[in-house]
Amino acid sequence: MMQKGLSKMSNIQTAMNGARATGYVDVSEAPVTGMITLRGDLADAGVQKAVKSVMGAGVPATLTVTDADAGQILWMSPDELMIVCAYDQADQMVSDLIAALGDTHSMVMNVSDARAVFDLNGSATSEIIAKLAPIDMKSMPAGTVRRTRFAQIPAAFWMTSNDSARIICFRSVGEYMFNQLRNSAQAGFEVGDW
Amino acid sequence: MLLLECPYCGAKCEETELSPGGEAHIKRYGPGSSDQDFEAYLFMRENPKGVHFERWRHVYGCGKWFHAARCTQSLEVFGTYAAQTFEPPQEIKDKISAKRPGWSWRDFS
Repeated sequence: MMQKGLSKMSNIQTAMNGARATGYVDVSEAPVTGMITLRGDLADAGVQKAVKSVMGAGVPATLTVTDADAGQILWMSPDELMIVCAYDQADQMVSDLIAALGDTHSMVMNVSDARAVFDLNGSATSEIIAKLAPIDMKSMPAGTVRRTRFAQIPAAFWMTSNDSARIICFRSVGEYMFNQLRNSAQAGFEVGDW
Repeated sequence: MLLLECPYCGAKCEETELSPGGEAHIKRYGPGSSDQDFEAYLFMRENPKGVHFERWRHVYGCGKWFHAARCTQSLEVFGTYAAQTFEPPQEIKDKISAKRPGWSWRDFS
């Protein structure tokens, strides 16, 4: 988002310019999304308190997502969270988190522009993920998150409901991600296990 | 296919989500050590048929290193445990003893 006092150099664009594909599951690139990486010991009281005070929700349990006032908090590792929020709120939220964390050993960074985000929608959402990632999708109910690989690239996804998921990957491989999701979701390519 | 449970995130990981890190519990010998110790640290590795201890990294997931105890012959996994240790925890040793009585590996048994 444009900072005060700076001239705008170009319009904000997502990796795939909002591409969509309709197969037996709908694949679409999400609009610009705020993403913040928070690193620090999640078992530390200082980190827990800071997250709670800024987000209005606590640190999520292992491999789960918590809904907060201004977005979602994703558990990424024992010392990493991903906070998903509105794109234009990310910078402010980073400042608030840094202030709340104070001297607690931690790092907060706005990574919104370094990632691409895709949505899957449809009753066979789990099947599309199972085609690409080495995950037992029966162990992934709504509200769970996993970092894994999708074919040849690292990615994180979480189940926004039993029939939909959101996938985050590096922006540089956004096109690869979109293409493999689109191909897997093509009508006629159903496996029919879901 | 090898399935290992990451002790940090509790996720059951398929082999391709992980990165192998070679043999576990190798003591590092650096400057000032004898040539023999340094050579053993660099080059001497176990190559067992049976119980083995390895390091793995959950590279596509939480990124943490951990240890795994498994059998090279049957691919049976006895358990995984955190990296912050110099030897396998007793619980893992007990599990191996129950299935492979009389096992030994380097200084452990």
